[in-house]
Amino acid sequence: MIDRGYYNGFGGAYLPEILVATFDELVEVYQQAKNDPNFWKEYTDLMSTYSCRPTPLTFAGNLTDHFKGARIYIKREDLNHTGAHKANNVMGQGLLVKRMKKTRVIAETGAGQHGVATATMAAKFGFECTIYMGEVDVERQRPNVFWMERLGAKVVPVTEGSRILKDAINEAFRDWVSNMDTTHYVLGTACGPHPFPEMVSWFQSIIGKEARKQILEREGKLPSRVYACVGGGSNAMGIFSGFLDDPVELVGVEAGGKGLASGQHASRLCSSDGSIGVAQGYKTYFLQNDDGQMKETHSIAAGLDYVGVSPILSNFKETGKARFEAATDKEVVEAMSLTMHKEGVIPALESAHGFVTAFKEAPEMKKDEIIIINQSGRGDKDIFTIADAFNDPEWRDFIIKKAEEYNA
Amino acid sequence: MLESYIKKRLAKKDILLMTHIVIGYPSLEDSLAMVKAMVEEGVDLMELQIPFSEPIADGPVILHANQESLARGTSVKKCLDFAEEVTSSFDIPFLFMTYYNILFKYGVDRFAEQMRTKNIKGAIVPDLPPEEGKDYIDAMKQNDLAPIYIFSPTTPKERMDYLASFGRGFIYCVARKGVTGLDTSFSDQLGTYLAQCREATSLPLALGFGVKDKDDVDFLKGKADIAVIGTQTIRLMEKDGIGAVRDFIANLNEGL
Ligand SMILES: Cc1ncc(COP(=O)(O)O)c(C=O)c1O
Repeated sequence: MIDRGYYNGFGGAYLPEILVATFDELVEVYQQAKNDPNFWKEYTDLMSTYSCRPTPLTFAGNLTDHFKGARIYIKREDLNHTGAHKANNVMGQGLLVKRMKKTRVIAETGAGQHGVATATMAAKFGFECTIYMGEVDVERQRPNVFWMERLGAKVVPVTEGSRILKDAINEAFRDWVSNMDTTHYVLGTACGPHPFPEMVSWFQSIIGKEARKQILEREGKLPSRVYACVGGGSNAMGIFSGFLDDPVELVGVEAGGKGLASGQHASRLCSSDGSIGVAQGYKTYFLQNDDGQMKETHSIAAGLDYVGVSPILSNFKETGKARFEAATDKEVVEAMSLTMHKEGVIPALESAHGFVTAFKEAPEMKKDEIIIINQSGRGDKDIFTIADAFNDPEWRDFIIKKAEEYNA
Repeated sequence: MLESYIKKRLAKKDILLMTHIVIGYPSLEDSLAMVKAMVEEGVDLMELQIPFSEPIADGPVILHANQESLARGTSVKKCLDFAEEVTSSFDIPFLFMTYYNILFKYGVDRFAEQMRTKNIKGAIVPDLPPEEGKDYIDAMKQNDLAPIYIFSPTTPKERMDYLASFGRGFIYCVARKGVTGLDTSFSDQLGTYLAQCREATSLPLALGFGVKDKDDVDFLKGKADIAVIGTQTIRLMEKDGIGAVRDFIANLNEGL
């Protein structure tokens, strides 16, 4: 392995020996695909016929009027098949799995979005599919578990550790070290050992490529700022990729949970709680204690509830290429509510983090400035979590009645 | 020096036994009692695992032991103190086994110095291939410690040569794919693999992952120099207590 995927010291491939050969193979297939112009064409064809690409760039006129500042645009990744940007990565990796002639895929999932996306890909391409999901997430994301199973995937609840996303990643690696001959691990975000951060960002760069073209067509100029939520960092890397060589400020928004001061958050980059470490095969900022043991994280959005972050974004933090902010659970619910009322679009709880910071900053910006917010996914799939977040009494009555029906 | 100890010992025994514990599981006192039982029954060297919250190369039994130990408050400092206690009480070589983040956060140089002063002989760090481990390799050398490298059945010949060029003490050969604690079939195929490992290095060979009884150890005689018993003793301790571990080791060691 020659290129080990370093970004200013972040990244790398801290692999157990048993996986080195598997990663060598993956790096090779990925490089071939990247150098093959037909591959990108095959990929965009697939995404325009199986998913909804190009996804629209929606002008949020009412929000713009409301905040009386920058012109607000929303990139609509929620309109992808399965309702999030996760499809971009999953279908891309699916094409690589075909090239590697493997027959089985495994994946971790937090919110369940990546798991559902992987299950659709596996069904379409005829792969066997196993999804690892923390027991806590299985509880809070039952509808997605239902869909994964209906789509033919096996969902394995992970009962070790803090029983959320990071633990699901560990279990997926444990499966992979046994079954790598037949199996590809479809990592869901721009984290993990090289080539995943680069490869996932490459597939997600379709978001930024489209967004840049769309805003130039619509407005004839570039946005001042682009906002995205940051879990592992894949949707952020996706939209940022379109503007890396432009004078555009890139703003990543992490999960502030119950507030940075509470310690109950998942802000690795913008809080002082994160520090550099090596886990899950790569070097980045982690939420860890002084001994290097990973901490528990918290977010209302399962997809942001993760201890690590893309090494590429850690580099962006160090170099100032991007700015990182936090949004609290409470702010997220408010921003989501406002967006629904004003625009009739329903951002996922994850995506709504980006909206929070954009809404804080838009009023201070000039009226001829433009901002783009990446709506990484749709919120209606999170109906149970969101109904709880809104504390909706009628929904609760409905569920109680429904439960009584089942009990009858 | 680890290598010469192993070679000297091999003049008297057909195959050496290396055992493993997770420090602080189920408690520091029990860990100490485990070491005592193992050493008294003739174990030749031992791995002391410093628990880590994300042990990706470990299977369910050791993973659980890592988590329980951490939940009971085991810190890196306590592990270093524990190491000092066992190396001053027992006269066999002890190694650390842990994941890279533990060293990285402590400071690799400082950690290696601590190992030397606590009389630990080497370390196994399964998520640190030599490509990522320059600081570690230098620090280990500086402190005259053995970095133990791992061969796996998927490792090609050239890479075995490459890994062996950094290894000291012995090479840890993983018996099969997968994580610790699953079954291994002790078959001709394993023999062929060990022969390939032997060709790649003059360092002694340890064989680990799935060694669980006397038959397995007997099978390895003449093929490997050290049989590594990891998960099996944790399982035994959990089920029947430390006395059962003592009997088990005594039985394995009989006639070696
Ligand atoms: C809708 C949505 N947005 C964002 C994320 C966070 O992931 P990333 O930071 O990789 O985009 C997730 C993860 O599950 C998600 O489902």
